[in-house]
Amino acid sequence: MDKQEVIDQLSQRFEGHIGNLEETCGLTTIQVRRAYIFEVIKFLKEDLSFNFLTDLCAVHFPDNDEEMRFAMVYHIHNLFENLRLRLRVFLPESDLTIDSMTPLFASANWQERETYDFFGVIFNGHPNLVRIMNMDEMEVFPMRKEFPMEDAGRVDKDDRFFGRTIHNE
Amino acid sequence: MSVKRFEEYIKKHSNDPEHELQVLNLGPTHPSTHGIFQNILLMDGETILDSEPTVGYIHRAFEKIAEHRPYNQITPLTDRMNYCSAPINNIGYLMTVEKLVGLDIPKRAQYIRVIMMELARITDHLICNSVLGVDTGALTGFLYVFQLREKVYDIYEQICGARLTTNMGRIGGMERDLSPKAIEMIYDVLKDMKKTFGEFETLMNRNRILMDRTINVGGISAERALSYGFSGPNLRAAGVDYDVRLMNPYSSYEDFDFKVPVGSSGDCYDRYCVRQAEIWESISIIEQALKNLPDGDFHADAPDFYLPPKQEVYNVMEGLIYHFKIVMGELPVPVGEVYHSVEGGNGELGFYLISDGGRSPFRLHFRRPCFIYYQAFAEMIKGSMLSDAIATMSSLNVIAGELDA
Repeated sequence: MDKQEVIDQLSQRFEGHIGNLEETCGLTTIQVRRAYIFEVIKFLKEDLSFNFLTDLCAVHFPDNDEEMRFAMVYHIHNLFENLRLRLRVFLPESDLTIDSMTPLFASANWQERETYDFFGVIFNGHPNLVRIMNMDEMEVFPMRKEFPMEDAGRVDKDDRFFGRTIHNE
Repeated sequence: MSVKRFEEYIKKHSNDPEHELQVLNLGPTHPSTHGIFQNILLMDGETILDSEPTVGYIHRAFEKIAEHRPYNQITPLTDRMNYCSAPINNIGYLMTVEKLVGLDIPKRAQYIRVIMMELARITDHLICNSVLGVDTGALTGFLYVFQLREKVYDIYEQICGARLTTNMGRIGGMERDLSPKAIEMIYDVLKDMKKTFGEFETLMNRNRILMDRTINVGGISAERALSYGFSGPNLRAAGVDYDVRLMNPYSSYEDFDFKVPVGSSGDCYDRYCVRQAEIWESISIIEQALKNLPDGDFHADAPDFYLPPKQEVYNVMEGLIYHFKIVMGELPVPVGEVYHSVEGGNGELGFYLISDGGRSPFRLHFRRPCFIYYQAFAEMIKGSMLSDAIATMSSLNVIAGELDA
């Protein structure tokens, strides 16, 4: 089984729900519609032997359209054939929910808690979705782009002179 | 802090004379946790019925800080994750950026990196294994091999000027060449290692007390280990031969001849043995790398990313311009996204980097092996004795810095 075969099987099975294949730095990215991500990963795990969920994380794109302002990124690995795949799901800011992967992979538990903690993504079906790194009383989601790294009221330091702004403003 | 389900359980069984229930806080600071994390245990006598881990005590928001820093200032953040094997973290991050940019690194630089990463792996494993001895009551082995770590740190110092938080390497190669003095030191330490680890293994491997304390303690099946995202020596101890160095070779690992030791039951003793066997493989890799160390440059010819020599900075205008641009963080990193992983001391250490062409990463996510496999700890210690939980934790080699990022 090679990469092309996996992609063919996926596109056959989930026609119209996956798409936008990109190949960057040796890894294929497949974009999946939110409602099908659990089914896609289940199919990959059970039928195509992608038995190792390497990593999952969220990304915030504040400049995107409302429908695509957040993305969940899954890296999944078939250890038998040494195939890696990246799956990306875009989420709208108004409805940040996605199915939890905990029924398939035990490792998703804390990673999803971490994603919830930093981005506020709600995982449906997660057994214990509470903050993990930050304190429980916290009300913000600090990895979102609008959350400032330092106290915005600070006047003793001008970031422009320290190379710390993102776009050189 | 209290856990509701523990309190309910105790309330329900409070009149039962067969049980002696209590809630025990193991941590946040406990001598055998080697870092700051807490486990709230529901105990029945000396048996653990249930546990609730709390993490995040030394969370430092590295992913957020990384979004506000130029690419070459992120390396110091990475060596504060797994501080027992900082060079692997540094070089793993640098290779991620190089993969995104598409830089070709000269063979000599790759071999120097392999030597440094394998030295780091040895120090990581020797701490884990000797501390397993300490936690089961044998301080001798620990003191005996710890001097080796000091010697390896002297080599780091010779190569990059720092000992613990190394900030080793630069985007495009190494910051300086391997000096004859450093090569001599590495040969010396290898000689010491062979002698010392030989004696350490005579002391530990068939030690009745260590075997009694670790065999069939804290075991995990291969299937559960994969589901929990185990990688590295902990996964190999359960019998899965997954090693990133072999499966997705990076930095010329395909040039070296080494074995991947595997265990069978995934218990503490298997993890000990796998780490010990890996130390010998690492020593062999370093010897091969030193023997076949190619001539050539120790960094890529990439003036946009790699600082020019000081001679040029002071005498040639182009050199000064490039120096200034790089120091101010003006690196022409292309738009794109990349995932790169290396075999860290504890498993697959991954870096997921998204660049929007700006001066800082748009998003940098670290796949920290400790964070992912530490979730299994609660399941692994369920039903075991308190003293077994201590041995399990130390043989898992959970590094607080990596756990909390």
